[in-house]
Amino acid sequence: MSGNLHMFVMAAPLVGALVVNLVGRINHRAILPLVLGFLTLSLVAAIGTMAGVLESGGFTYTVGNWQPPFGIELRIDHLSSLMLVLVSAVALIASFASLQSVAKDLADRQHHFFTLYLILIAGLHGLILTADAFNLYVLLEITSITTYGLIAMGRGRAPLSSFNYIIMGSIGACFYLLGVGYLYILTGTLNMADIAARLPQVNGTVAVATAFAFMLVGLWIKMAFFPLHGWLPRAYNDAPIGAGVLVAPLMTKVTIYLMLRVMFSVFSPQYEFFQHPDVQNLVVWGAAIGIICASALALGQRDLRRMLTYIIVAEVGYMVGGVWLANGTGLTGAVLHIVNDALMTLCLFLVAAAIISRNGSLAFDRLQGLYRRMPWTMAGFTLGAFAMIGVPPTCGFFSKWYLILGGIEAGQWPYVVALVFSSLVNAVLFFRIIEIAYFRGGEGHGHDDHGPVTEAPAMILAPLLVSAAALVLVGLATGPLVSNLIAQFVPVF
Amino acid sequence: MTIQTSILPLAAILVSLLASIPIMLSHRVPNLREGWTLLAGVTKFAIVASMLPVILAGGGYEFVLAEVIPGVPIALRVDAMGLFFALVASFLWFFTSIYSIGYMRSLQEHAQTRYFASFAVAISATIGVAFAANLFTLYLFYEMLSLSTYPLVTHEQNAEARASGRKYLTYILGTSIGFALPAMLLTYAKAGTLDFTLGGILAGKADGMTVAILLVLFIFGFAKAGVMPFHGWLPAAMVAPTPVSSFLHGVAVVKVGVFSILRVIFYILGTDNLSSLHLGGVVTTLASVTIIVASLVALTQDNLKRRLAYSTIGQLSYMLLGAGMLTAAGMTGGVLHIAMHAFGKITLFLCAGAIYVASHKKYISQMDGLGRNMPITYTAFLLGSLSIIGMPPLGGFISKWNLVIGAVDGGQLLLLVVLLVSSLLNAAYFLPIVYRGFFASAPEGGHDGVREAPLLCVLPLSVTALGSLLLFFFPDTLLRLIRLALGLG
Repeated sequence: MSGNLHMFVMAAPLVGALVVNLVGRINHRAILPLVLGFLTLSLVAAIGTMAGVLESGGFTYTVGNWQPPFGIELRIDHLSSLMLVLVSAVALIASFASLQSVAKDLADRQHHFFTLYLILIAGLHGLILTADAFNLYVLLEITSITTYGLIAMGRGRAPLSSFNYIIMGSIGACFYLLGVGYLYILTGTLNMADIAARLPQVNGTVAVATAFAFMLVGLWIKMAFFPLHGWLPRAYNDAPIGAGVLVAPLMTKVTIYLMLRVMFSVFSPQYEFFQHPDVQNLVVWGAAIGIICASALALGQRDLRRMLTYIIVAEVGYMVGGVWLANGTGLTGAVLHIVNDALMTLCLFLVAAAIISRNGSLAFDRLQGLYRRMPWTMAGFTLGAFAMIGVPPTCGFFSKWYLILGGIEAGQWPYVVALVFSSLVNAVLFFRIIEIAYFRGGEGHGHDDHGPVTEAPAMILAPLLVSAAALVLVGLATGPLVSNLIAQFVPVF
Repeated sequence: MTIQTSILPLAAILVSLLASIPIMLSHRVPNLREGWTLLAGVTKFAIVASMLPVILAGGGYEFVLAEVIPGVPIALRVDAMGLFFALVASFLWFFTSIYSIGYMRSLQEHAQTRYFASFAVAISATIGVAFAANLFTLYLFYEMLSLSTYPLVTHEQNAEARASGRKYLTYILGTSIGFALPAMLLTYAKAGTLDFTLGGILAGKADGMTVAILLVLFIFGFAKAGVMPFHGWLPAAMVAPTPVSSFLHGVAVVKVGVFSILRVIFYILGTDNLSSLHLGGVVTTLASVTIIVASLVALTQDNLKRRLAYSTIGQLSYMLLGAGMLTAAGMTGGVLHIAMHAFGKITLFLCAGAIYVASHKKYISQMDGLGRNMPITYTAFLLGSLSIIGMPPLGGFISKWNLVIGAVDGGQLLLLVVLLVSSLLNAAYFLPIVYRGFFASAPEGGHDGVREAPLLCVLPLSVTALGSLLLFFFPDTLLRLIRLALGLG
């Protein structure tokens, strides 16, 4: 394998962060082209990396040619290249809306905001690439700390919500770090592949189980797996719009990816699924309960963005449950859902950004007549809603297909019921909004009074429509996506 | 049977879907907008009809759109059963479109563009269901139909219409996601395919209990068929404008439900399989209860459209009853009733709409003596009623006759009783309407000044009423299609 394109994926936003901080401080108008330029570069490099992997398979890469255990090792395979493309594409699309809303809300702090923003994106790419359990911790903290900062820039209670998130996030990070420490003591290495090679020698000890449990619980806190989700709804709801559109689609999804790495690159399916079958059952049950509870909590919300945050928590349950079904179908569904859920959440948070920009409020009773005032925004919303409900041919249907099928194959009926229940709840949630925004407002023939159309600014609307179109296109591309990329990663059980 | 790859099935679906774009664009020029609707209607029927010779010769068409899930493509295939349904639906759509124009303009309805666009998407989805080559594709179009008809039900936008829309979605979407989707996935997990194959794909792959569960999940999951207790959406959906009730809730939507269940029974679960597992009784029991209860409730309804809605619920279960008999004549009668009931019921609904346009009357008790002012409409109503009751010389007789033979063949005399009692009930709730229209004396103030509805309304209902009559004399093509569909040679 030639080339080090993948380095550009991570380096572009990192360099961009420095440049934006220095140049943007002097001239705010330079921020926009800089951010877009570096993120475009990152996306192009990510696509190149994926093309390379598709052509000649995955590989590991040692930064600066320092060999492990001293050097930094990166792993580029089908799964990580898919994640690179996903993260860089979502980041680029989201950045349009962020640039627009931050220029309005945080005019004098734009360069601060986008410095953190780009470091966060670089950190996410690092998390995807790293093949070292300790570097993973460092990068996890980098992404978390930048996120704390971004969220705290919001108005009102945002600093408090961010603080709450810091506490929970730090506990999660400590758990993970403790787990890594155990593994280091047991195996004498931090490199994932080395740990995996040496673990069989200490197999079956309580220490290994403890390490595994610590790492996993740490990641579960970070991904807001029910009931460890308490921080997420507040943090994501109070975040500035510009941060929400980036953080909400990506953070939980990348953490799911990290869980996959820990489970399949450090530990083995044999270990987590078959050595402790009770644990496996327990996690799937937990996921099922989490999905049902989070969906029920979403039903109680009267604000679009708060509702979405609870849906995110439910979707985390989808993916964790899917991975722990311990069969190829469920795992395929979980990986597919990482992609799909990132896109759906992006689309709907962009809708929220669009509505905020014109309507000022996301409370349900203020959404009347939106279909007439913002037809394109609401068209995107409708597609996003269909994807969340799981209406074919939007992408949400297909990952749900694999997840439910995996549940049936594994005989995990509570999980199947939870997924179906959650789909039904989503239908209620979104059609409630559609009904308010389309049909309410002026009894009888009221909507024939043609009020002004006040569509969202192009900087928000354009990415919104792109992401909405992606929901259908990615849905229709499920076949190639699964057979070319995801199936290459899914191990044979 | 030779299957040829062809774009025809796709074209038949897309005609009306694409028409929705110029319909929306020409919203300022109503004549042009309706021109698009009619043009799409003619084209669609022509495309569907052009496939008839090949199908009758035992051939078929297919077209694969995309291999979305490995092994489960979005694919279309035209076979005898699909074409049978598509012929009925596309023929009636054209006349409903003409009627819609007359109806919506006479009442100066609002949001006509949204109305015609949604309608166009709905008919596309209907044809998509007919031509689906596998259960997944069918499900896709089924959901498309649910979503595109939602704006039609909520058309009035008042509190009642919104509540009905909510009820509609809750029943239709709730059951399809809650029952049909898991059933489809369970089928896939057992059979490893979802392709429609005559004789079923589950024989020997699933035990009796699983098949029984699947059967019940599918019958309730396709709630558009209105099997009790998931029938409540249909009377509620009657708040929609009458052309919607007549075509969608008399023909397209409800028959898509029945069609989907029949597809599953014949092509997924397999009639031989069901017969050897003795599961036909599950279908006939559910259907019989629905038939009798719905007919009794229909007797009590004073709102004409609601009475028709309950009548529809009962009649839909006739089709399932026939399939559940698992005898050749019974199944033939069940499938044939899709067409016969479609012509009869659409006539009745169109008449109800014409009466509303002409006199603004909704309740049967207000319609005494109205028949003398509107003789054409009332004559058509009589013909439609007789067809649904099953009297010769109208089409409904042939399907009911087959059902009766099917019940006798299967030795299921109880079902014979159900059929006879229900026919009497049909007569009891339909004929008084006609009788009061012609012979009862008009109420105080009379119906002075009430005349026949506009030509655009009267013409379609006359055509469909005549269609009911003609189907009695010329059912051969339809019967031939059904024999091909069921593999009866």
